[in-house]
Amino acid sequence: MKRKPLQTLLLFALVLLVLLFVYLPVAWLVISSISTRAELLSTPIRWIPQNPTLQNYINIFSPGRSTSEVAKTFRITLWNSFVVASSVTAITLVMGSLAAYALIRLRFPFRRFILLGILGTRMIPEISLVIPLYLFAAAYRLLNTPLILIITYLSFALPFAIWLMAAFFQTIPIELEDAARIDGCTRLQTLFRIILPISSPGLVSTGLFVFLTAWDEFFFALIFTSTVAAKTVPVAIAEFTGRYVVDIGSMMTGGVLAAIPPVMLSLIFQRYIVSGLTAGAVKG
Amino acid sequence: MKTLRSVVFLALALILLVGALGCQPQQTGPVTVRVLAMEQAGPTVDEMNAIVAEFNKANPNIKVEIEYVAYDALHDKIITAMAAKPPAYDVFLVDDIWYAEFAKAGYVLDVTDRITQDMRNKIFKAAWDITTVNGKVYGMPWLLDQKYFYYNEKLLNEAGFSEPPKTWDELVEQAKVIKEKGIVEYPIVWSWGQYEAAICDWVTLLYGNGGRLVDESGKPAFNDAIGVKTLTWMLQTIDEGITNPASVSYVEEDVRNVFSQGKAVFATNWVYMYDLVNFNTEQSQVTGQIKMALMPAFAGSGVESATINGSMGFSVAATSPNTDAAWKYVEYLTSEDVQNRYSAHLLPIWETSFRGENLEKLKGYTPANATTVPMFSAQFPYAHVRPKVPYYLEASKALQLALQEALTKQKPPQQALDDAAAKWVELAK
Amino acid sequence: MRRKLSLSQQDALLGLALIFPSLVIILGISLQPILSTLYLSLFETSRGIESQRTFVGLGNYGNLLTDAVFWVTIGRTLYFTVVSVGLELVLGLAIAQLIHAHPPGWQFLRTSLIIPWAVPTIVNGTMWRWIYNADYGALNGLLYQLGLIDKYIPWLTQPTTAMNLVILADIWHSVPFIALILQAALATLPADLEEAAAVDGANALQRFWFIRLPLLRPAILVALVIRTVEAFRVFDIIYVITNGGPAFGTVTISYLTYLESFSFGHVGRGSALSFLISLFTLIMAFLYIRILYRPEEQ
Repeated sequence: MKRKPLQTLLLFALVLLVLLFVYLPVAWLVISSISTRAELLSTPIRWIPQNPTLQNYINIFSPGRSTSEVAKTFRITLWNSFVVASSVTAITLVMGSLAAYALIRLRFPFRRFILLGILGTRMIPEISLVIPLYLFAAAYRLLNTPLILIITYLSFALPFAIWLMAAFFQTIPIELEDAARIDGCTRLQTLFRIILPISSPGLVSTGLFVFLTAWDEFFFALIFTSTVAAKTVPVAIAEFTGRYVVDIGSMMTGGVLAAIPPVMLSLIFQRYIVSGLTAGAVKG
Repeated sequence: MKTLRSVVFLALALILLVGALGCQPQQTGPVTVRVLAMEQAGPTVDEMNAIVAEFNKANPNIKVEIEYVAYDALHDKIITAMAAKPPAYDVFLVDDIWYAEFAKAGYVLDVTDRITQDMRNKIFKAAWDITTVNGKVYGMPWLLDQKYFYYNEKLLNEAGFSEPPKTWDELVEQAKVIKEKGIVEYPIVWSWGQYEAAICDWVTLLYGNGGRLVDESGKPAFNDAIGVKTLTWMLQTIDEGITNPASVSYVEEDVRNVFSQGKAVFATNWVYMYDLVNFNTEQSQVTGQIKMALMPAFAGSGVESATINGSMGFSVAATSPNTDAAWKYVEYLTSEDVQNRYSAHLLPIWETSFRGENLEKLKGYTPANATTVPMFSAQFPYAHVRPKVPYYLEASKALQLALQEALTKQKPPQQALDDAAAKWVELAK
Repeated sequence: MRRKLSLSQQDALLGLALIFPSLVIILGISLQPILSTLYLSLFETSRGIESQRTFVGLGNYGNLLTDAVFWVTIGRTLYFTVVSVGLELVLGLAIAQLIHAHPPGWQFLRTSLIIPWAVPTIVNGTMWRWIYNADYGALNGLLYQLGLIDKYIPWLTQPTTAMNLVILADIWHSVPFIALILQAALATLPADLEEAAAVDGANALQRFWFIRLPLLRPAILVALVIRTVEAFRVFDIIYVITNGGPAFGTVTISYLTYLESFSFGHVGRGSALSFLISLFTLIMAFLYIRILYRPEEQ
């Protein structure tokens, strides 16, 4: 069906509309991060700052210059977030793929029950897990360490990752595996030599989702961490609010910086997002 | 089978690892005292760290470790920390409004017997109000703050007035003239948004009218005739265009923003605003024009001045295994000597620090101190704390709601206050 | 001589071993808290070190279920969920169709959609909070300059408006998720079905309703389940933008649990709330699957 030029124009207009919806808030975030406080608080509102400044960014990247304690340590929290999110992602992919494979290909006692249990634990609101987990962390001296965050996020990410990866594995025709087994491969060998390589797009998209979830998490990080030994980026952003003073410029800057890694990663691996969602959604 | 075996070994190793983590050897050597403090208020982090370093050096068998959190997270962190045995912190900063709650919960150590007569005499009386619950003292007052009355002298003079108002009634008169002359549209701005900030202004006005929040038996008294009169007055100032109508959604920062742009002549705010509005050219357009005065009260109420006491204190965790060491640190931190040396950003709790040589030194620390220091000691005797009831957080929300409903004309003042009072009575059960 | 295990027994052992590490972590971390929450929900506990615990059995649950505040909060949470997810679905479907039609710029659009989705929740919340600022926010600025309002409005001070604006922030963040899922599903639909229908005389609307939509059902189901469960349990964005205010206008059921457990100290009640939430969530997921899941139609 050939499309009339008017239709194309209309569709293009819609595309522009959606692009506006996507970019306007982000643009405002970026503009706010390069505005001086005077310009931020001016009425009428200044859409384009007349005196754009990178001072907020400078404060964060050269700690010596800044006055705000939070800005000085922001870089470290970025690193902490990265360590935690990467560890969670790596461990989830390893453990989760093993578990997913077991769940869909192997018959073992309590299989259904375990599957339900895994998904069921995600039903409870996270807020009620905070205090019991805090007690656990305190007892094992894990408070304010990246390790406790990694362990906690693992328990959140694993069920979701297992479910996703199981969906991916299911799309691989069982004949491939059977052929390999006939050739003499053990179960585990088929997993490593056949299943994982073929479903690598799925692994990448699962990894991406897990990374974003871990990077994103706020409340547990807020309660479990207190110094730069383990503080993550969301906590740092919350700390730009003092008891009374709100450091808007720094907050927006922190926001931009905190958003860059997940956005960059998502853009790099965007191909896999789509394939990930496809397998999970269409065939899952 | 080989792979199976290795997998099983891996799993076992994992379990052993987790188990091993829990069995760490007992710490020998210096006793560790963990402190939870707040950043962005009072002394800078560098100053606090310096004090800790000093203390550690002077006390080789005690090792203080200090951590900082934002105010918003402080309450939640304390209660989670106290749930652990031993508690995750031995010393922590407590906001005035949490003392009753923490005292009832047994989180804070009763230090009544550790307070010397010397301390009682030399520290501001109003400071003890913060950490005292039912006659017992649960911590050392530390971060003293109250709301001050700010006015823009330049704009006031333009309107033809040379002196700031001494009563709220006088302020209304001055405001009407200011408004008539077109100097600003809304002469006074408040923080009446539905937050604790509204309660702070409410306390200031209510006590300034001879009223109080609770009576001697602890029952709500804010819905009596004086309370209703005060709330009605607040409404009137909005209706007459004297109070900035946006005040009903404002917190302290918004007040500062409006005041900094010269859009108000009068405002009430904590001490932090003074330096920023009067000396910080990046953040204020009215530098050099701002002065402070004693908080007005209502004419005929018999009250000279009244304001809100919004201070904080340092307390020892009652279940800490090292209460003596922890208390030693608190004592050190709040001692006269340390406080005098580190008063660039924190006013001492010792009355004696505000006299003679010490006073001059205090005033000289920063340009702002020249004004805020004398103002502090003049105003503090008139500062009132909020009721020390363990259910304060919940009760406050009810009162915040009542004030908001009345100020936005959803309920008449008497009814709004009565409903809140009923909630307070219910919570007290 | 050890007897060799049969193939299926080997499989079973291997299966258990492979799933074991994950189970340890998931159950190890979640099980004790869940059990302790269940345990605590059976008591009325006063906060503190020597907390007095009175066994009340199902008393907390009874209290909650007869408490108006609880039901109002559930209602509010359902409002948030239904409006949020509903709009996300409609918008997501529309955007998915738009991309699927391959208009000029469709690739850039699809890539751009990733940005709102990848932005962390706290950044999202902080950003929108600033946009909604009563004195300097972009929303006021924009509407004022467009002449749609004659005075700046303190958006976040009115309960209903505040809730709707929080929903807007959530929609901005979540629409891409649904749009991308649906677009991916659309891309796998066989084109011949629709072409055949077109030849038979069906118009665009009929083709959409009778062919496309049913084929999209599995994808829609997945998106709906995930988003509904997430939306029902929303917490972070409320904490960041409104802190439950004004007048409890944005207190959702998770936030209520936070208030009860952390701010007010009603540990027993808070725990009971947690379980009720879990129950609701389970029922919802179950209902969804029941209602929407049907074997693929031809």
